[in-house]
Amino acid sequence: MSEKDILILAIESSCDETAAAVVKNGREVLSNVISSQIELHKLYGGVVPEIASRKHIEKINQVITEALETAGVSLDDLDAIAVTYGPGLVGALLVGVAEAKAISYAKKLPLVGVHHIEGHISANYIENKDLEPPFLCLVVSGGHTHLVKVQDYGVYEILGRTRDDAAGEACDKVARALGLGYPGGPKIDRLSAQGNADAIHFPKAKIADSPFDFSFSGLKSAVLNYLNGCRMKGEPVMEADVAASFQKAVVDVLVEHAVLAAKETGMNKLAIAGGVASNGTLRRRMEQACAENGIAFYHPSPIFCTDNAAMIGAAAYYEFKKGVRHGLDLNAVPNLKLGER
Amino acid sequence: MKILALDSSGLTASVAVVEDDVLLAEYTVNYKKTHSQTLLPMLDEIARMTELDLDTVDAIAVAGGPGSFTGLRIGSATAKGLGLALDKPLVSVPTVDALAYNLYGAEANICPMMDARRNQVYTGIYTFSSDGAFQVLQKQSPCAVAEIADRLNTLGGEVIFLGDGVPVYRELLKSLMKVPYRFAPAHLNRQRASAVAVLAMEYVRAGKTETAEEHRPDYLRLSQAERERAARDSQ
Repeated sequence: MSEKDILILAIESSCDETAAAVVKNGREVLSNVISSQIELHKLYGGVVPEIASRKHIEKINQVITEALETAGVSLDDLDAIAVTYGPGLVGALLVGVAEAKAISYAKKLPLVGVHHIEGHISANYIENKDLEPPFLCLVVSGGHTHLVKVQDYGVYEILGRTRDDAAGEACDKVARALGLGYPGGPKIDRLSAQGNADAIHFPKAKIADSPFDFSFSGLKSAVLNYLNGCRMKGEPVMEADVAASFQKAVVDVLVEHAVLAAKETGMNKLAIAGGVASNGTLRRRMEQACAENGIAFYHPSPIFCTDNAAMIGAAAYYEFKKGVRHGLDLNAVPNLKLGER
Repeated sequence: MKILALDSSGLTASVAVVEDDVLLAEYTVNYKKTHSQTLLPMLDEIARMTELDLDTVDAIAVAGGPGSFTGLRIGSATAKGLGLALDKPLVSVPTVDALAYNLYGAEANICPMMDARRNQVYTGIYTFSSDGAFQVLQKQSPCAVAEIADRLNTLGGEVIFLGDGVPVYRELLKSLMKVPYRFAPAHLNRQRASAVAVLAMEYVRAGKTETAEEHRPDYLRLSQAERERAARDSQ
């Protein structure tokens, strides 16, 4: 006898994407609606929290309704409501949390609060039906750089993290210095394709005694110093070379640390997740390094790398199965720790 | 007509259910600002006590602004979620209007003031005519205390102040006011969802409802980033 299907409506509003999705049994995405505010925030060179919160409240019902309609389900068909409650921008998170709680209350549906990064990691389950814990996951985005051992569904051990800037944050800052605009990652990736990655040697920071930790602020400063130096000396800046060399330095460190961690922990499965996981160079290099070391490599499609609600639905399914339920007093927790309940 | 109303625009969190001319239940807390954690449990509490079937509600009213940006969004998102789930219309009641409505029947000039920071209050001027009609003499807006005091002095007549701006500006008001004035007592001087609900009935009768999807708070102020950008652009 097959178990009853579990349908979850998931809501995500932790940063500048208002998203809702309907996910069946944690791995089958029936709808995945994302309303991006990126064009608006470009005017300010980065995400403005108050503007993000205002946009979330304008869009959220429309996004939820579209997710339900696309999936061809009504609220009465659902088994649970899931929502990201941290980490993220508190005002932005609160919109999703208040909305999800109200729906859960009015429809008497169980509520499952989800950690945003656990969502990113779980995005890998959507297209890799065979992927199950334990595995290693490198989470890289504008706000996060984490090397995580996924021991079981919902059980995480952080092996390494950035000591300063997140990888995506360093990309944004370097992109700004190069006059590429926001968001920096995709723009640097595109420009890099025309440049020589070995043209300039930028330092790769290693943290003493913490082989899995990252540091990107030194690298970012080195790029900024290099650009200043060129300007002082009146030398032309080969922007594509700078972008390619910078990106190589970032990707090298990410790949080296992830592969080292896989070897040292005896993991033969390695996944990547988060906004930067859609970076083409990172994917190719990671795939190659995994192949050379006999490690199976997993990654989500770009649509599941960006902030989305399908990944929240995937993570929520396993929490729901474990009996995790949140009350009507669920609050947004902007600095929620991974694995914290 | 049965109205479920929410107000989380300021320090006060308040929920109420009003049916025609009966206040079925109201729960108002002036304590710490943890509306995200308290608002829905408060609704749940009164709903259970009054055996409220949410499907019997005609509309969901919310203090639509001004107020704390985050506080307004907690109320709004809660109302929008309820509206979406229950397929009910929303009524967005101006926060300062609802505060003034606490003093139903007062023929003095009613001046609610909510602390708006940056040396301003969200305020307006209201009164009730002798037949009980609610009159808006000055629409709600952010304004300096001295400016609203000037306006009240010019209008003449007695004034009743209320709202969380009063304790902040009490001394300043004492020095500015040239007409007689009073401060409303504790049971009337802060946001009450029952007043939002009663005013909302007028809105429903006038057909001034919104869908849950289109509702958004009326902040009466741009975000800081937008203000700074506008200032840069105008230079």
